[in-house]
Amino acid sequence: MSLSLKPHKKKKIEKFSEQGSFQISSIFCVGVFLAWRDILRANIWTTLLIIFVMAITFLNLVVVSGVLIGLVEGAVIAQKEHYTGDLIISHLPEKNYIEDTQNFLGYLRSLPEVKDVSARFIQGGAIEANYKNKEKSTDITDSARALIAGIDPYNENAVTGLSRTVIAGEYLSESDFGKILIGADLLYSYTPIDTPSMRTLPNVLVGTKVRLLVNGFVREVEVKGILKSKVGEVDGRVFMIDPEVRGLIGRTDFNADEIVVKTFPGTDPLHVKEHLLRADFGKLAKIQTSTEAQPKFLQDMKTTFGVLGNLIGTVGLIVASITIFIIIFVNAITRRKSIGILKGIGINSKAIELSYVLQAVFYGIFGSVFGLLIIYVFLKPYFDANPINFPFSDGILVVTPEGAGFRVFVLMFATMIAGYVPAKIVVKQNTLDAILGR
Amino acid sequence: MITVTNLKKSYRTAGEEYPVLKGISFEVEKGEFVSITGRSGSGKSTLLYQLGLLDYPNSGSIILDEVDVIKLSPKERTTMRLTELGYVFQDYALLPSLTAIENILVPLLMLGYSKKEAKKKALTALEMVGLRDKEENLPSQLSGGEQQRVSIARAIGHEPKILFADEPTANLDTETSKVVLDTFQNLNNEGQTIIMVTHEKEYAILADKVFTLSDGVIESVHRTKKN
Repeated sequence: MSLSLKPHKKKKIEKFSEQGSFQISSIFCVGVFLAWRDILRANIWTTLLIIFVMAITFLNLVVVSGVLIGLVEGAVIAQKEHYTGDLIISHLPEKNYIEDTQNFLGYLRSLPEVKDVSARFIQGGAIEANYKNKEKSTDITDSARALIAGIDPYNENAVTGLSRTVIAGEYLSESDFGKILIGADLLYSYTPIDTPSMRTLPNVLVGTKVRLLVNGFVREVEVKGILKSKVGEVDGRVFMIDPEVRGLIGRTDFNADEIVVKTFPGTDPLHVKEHLLRADFGKLAKIQTSTEAQPKFLQDMKTTFGVLGNLIGTVGLIVASITIFIIIFVNAITRRKSIGILKGIGINSKAIELSYVLQAVFYGIFGSVFGLLIIYVFLKPYFDANPINFPFSDGILVVTPEGAGFRVFVLMFATMIAGYVPAKIVVKQNTLDAILGR
Repeated sequence: MITVTNLKKSYRTAGEEYPVLKGISFEVEKGEFVSITGRSGSGKSTLLYQLGLLDYPNSGSIILDEVDVIKLSPKERTTMRLTELGYVFQDYALLPSLTAIENILVPLLMLGYSKKEAKKKALTALEMVGLRDKEENLPSQLSGGEQQRVSIARAIGHEPKILFADEPTANLDTETSKVVLDTFQNLNNEGQTIIMVTHEKEYAILADKVFTLSDGVIESVHRTKKN
């Protein structure tokens, strides 16, 4: 048999090169079409399970780091709430107290941004307990070093809510001469530590008589209440009404050692500080916002836990990516024949890959939305109302819209990559082999 | 329309080369209905895969609609399958998650038709194969014959220049096979070029020309009484 070839006019194959570059709109249209139908006709329980896994992954990303940062944030908030207020003013290093305190207080109270102000008179001293049980005068009594702070109970409570930290007994009233509030860090029953550098007092309860040794004076006082704020500067102090402390330290000029300021909500404390500096009060005292007055270890912990949270989050992200990769890979492998058919009928590979990426994005979006709902509707309000009782802070869940948004973006990016790679692997396989199941 | 010259194809299994097509040459005119028949293992399906651009020959030349397809890149081959060719698979090869009409819509949307235009064309194709009332059925809700007709509708929806059919009646009963073959004949009567692989001689003779393959070569070319 012989077959002769007729002369043919060879078209340039460039014709198909041009047609090979389909409009992006066609690729997108087919990608969306295939993805949406696959999602619609997938088993509803499988889809819900995948979304649930994505939501849990998102929670892992947000909540773990949120709790870690919240643990320190709880300490920062407590520090501000119970110790520094929005601004804390202390004496200059070369001075023993804040000069012209009364004028300073008057000026502060005149500022429209300032809500409440409290002055503290502070002196180092010691507390002795169980001294009545001494058999000989040479016996050493139980004693601990502490800062004795004289306060106006009303003003202090207005700024730092000190009364809320009373865990036993009662808060001070203005006429409570001879009575003290003692911080839990000074009591063995609340802080069972007794080292040469940190002595605590055993057997001291509400109503116990203790002796204060301040400025060469010895005064017997009664414990009216016990404080626990989880702020070291507060829990290591003894609080008395200010006239009594001023008497003990001979501060007849009413010059205070610390002034704490609470501003109205929405006020930037830095703005008040700048105002005070412009009025030359910087020459009389050191003026710091609560942030500036944060102990260095808190700042270090915040950074440390932030890094730790990100590390754990990264592990979570890798797990999420692998999960999506497996889901999409299994999905693509089980539909290998379908992918072969699509290629066989001339569907552009990019459209097929896009359909799998879009499915991954769908799972990512719904997982993130579900995760955000769990966080903002349930977890955040719950932790705000019921902080986690850590030993040194009341931990909250720190989730900022920017942080959550960034994690949604990161999860979506990882999801897209994890969706694209397996789709690409399967789409790359030989078309005929895929169709014939070889 | 189709010119094949000295086409060779072999498969390598366990280190050994097994020639399947041993230098095939033929021509098909525009509007012709050609059937390729032969015993199992004669190379008829392999030949169709090469013509349908689903596989690469080892040597030889294939000119489809004046295009030397051997020189096309994979991307260009995919494009040519979409724009110029239609393919009916033995096992229907419908996408199980898509309804009948959606299966036909996919290549049309890829070609850039708007959804409205694509749907109109898809419905016309379904009408041609007599399945207008089954457009919303999933493949699992259709019989074998109906699935094969949807497969034909998908292959002709974009009005291809050449329609390839690989054993389109292999999985069908006699009655349904007749319906499918009637569809091919109707399409051919309207000018459609068709290349059909079949091992059933009574169906092969419905074409204008019958190529009989044996051991990788064309044993005979037979013009049917139809002409």
